[in-house]
Amino acid sequence: MQDLASAFATALALIAAGDRSVAQIVLLSLRVSLTALMVAALVGLPLGALLAVTRFPGRRVIVVVLNALMGLPPVVAGLLIYLLLSRSGPLGPLGLLFTPTAMVIAQAVLITPILAALTRQVLEGLWDEYAEQLRSFGASAARAVPTLLWDGRFALLTVLLAGFGRASAEVGAVMIVGGNIEGFTRVMTTAIALETSKGDLPLALALGMILMLIVVAVNVLAQGLRDAAGRWTG
Amino acid sequence: MITIMRRTALGAAFALLALPTLAQERSITVASTTSTEQSGLFGHILPIFTRETGITVRVVALGTGQALDVGRRGDADVVFVHDRAAEQRFVSEGFGRERRHVMYNDFVVVGPAADPARVSGGRDTLAALRGIAAAKAPFVSRGDRSGTHAAELRLWQAAGVDPLAGRGQWYREVGQGMGPALNTAAAQNAYILTDRGTWLSFRNRQDLRIAVEGDARLFNQYGLMLVNPEKHPHVKAADGQRFIDWLLSTPGQQAIAGFKIGGEQLFFPNAADAEPVS
Repeated sequence: MQDLASAFATALALIAAGDRSVAQIVLLSLRVSLTALMVAALVGLPLGALLAVTRFPGRRVIVVVLNALMGLPPVVAGLLIYLLLSRSGPLGPLGLLFTPTAMVIAQAVLITPILAALTRQVLEGLWDEYAEQLRSFGASAARAVPTLLWDGRFALLTVLLAGFGRASAEVGAVMIVGGNIEGFTRVMTTAIALETSKGDLPLALALGMILMLIVVAVNVLAQGLRDAAGRWTG
Repeated sequence: MITIMRRTALGAAFALLALPTLAQERSITVASTTSTEQSGLFGHILPIFTRETGITVRVVALGTGQALDVGRRGDADVVFVHDRAAEQRFVSEGFGRERRHVMYNDFVVVGPAADPARVSGGRDTLAALRGIAAAKAPFVSRGDRSGTHAAELRLWQAAGVDPLAGRGQWYREVGQGMGPALNTAAAQNAYILTDRGTWLSFRNRQDLRIAVEGDARLFNQYGLMLVNPEKHPHVKAADGQRFIDWLLSTPGQQAIAGFKIGGEQLFFPNAADAEPVS
């Protein structure tokens, strides 16, 4: 109980003091996770939509694989990317290991299946409703993809938030490929893991509270955007 | 309206991406151990080095075994660890150029205040380990191929005890860094071997206190190696060597000696001690 109270006090003090190293860590966390989200969205949303509107042999296999990949353990993803990016690995010459870019790659790999699988799920329902109508306009499946993505945008916002949540909460993969280097690749989750290792549990918990605060803020922002857009479009 | 909002959102996203991706700075990557990083030593000495040379040092803190593997793969420029046997192997395999002594500290055996194995207060590590094994008192092992783990296994061997016989009962291998292992020992009221630096900076001690210290067997030497640029041509040999030279120089050695927690010096520079020819 005392630990919780002191964690809360530490969190407030860190925020109030505008602690520079904490601010830097927060910014890097946001930068990495939002970039990963963008990359994953560029791949995952169209892929999910395509799977929702098309029927081809092997589609079910892809759907099952995507659903399974949602459970990919971050440590495994991290390890694979580590071996790929290591100087002794196939992508070694790029020199990306232990950089924020490597962390973006890891998080994008982790959340792309989530975005794709959930997008497929959401849009399949929409497609069932609209298929007749869109076909009567002579729209091909490929043409239907952007329409569906646009019509499903509010539901997809939740999908994006799920992806962002997973990306920003992730620690195993970014620890391996980022190296938790102070001032360079240290993000909220790896900083929390580090403080836990040092036995400074109140500080670890305080950082955890700040991370939750940020995630809540992003969600509130997204919700506000959605409400505002809903009002304008009627 | 929506288009405008979308543009704003996209613009914000790209602004975020464009955040200073780090000014192009000179930097080297050092694979080191959790004990040097988590004790706060690097936080103390690296700013001094960077101020003098303009070279930023990026430290990846791992167990000694892992840190050497990172060097073997060419993912670091300098390796700064503490397991002499493993380091000499690293050099003889051609992955490191030469191994230099840089500093030492010591290990301590810590254990619960209640001292169920009756070993507290002694200076004889081997007798203490035998006592712990005889009493089947819980003992937490790093179990992660770190320098501390290697030192612990050597001590058990010298004590003539096979701790693995007690595996799953009183001998508990956690496979984690020093901090998490100490957290486990604190929670289970177990004995554990730790380097003094991590112990001094560790905050969650609960009932643990030092049981054995001051034994010559608890000596803990740190070594420094440049990853061999002949094996890995991209290694920043000049800047890495500069870091090594600085650590071994008087200012570097003074910076190490100047790092204290609660008035207590954690690491003792000894670059002058020549490495015996191996």
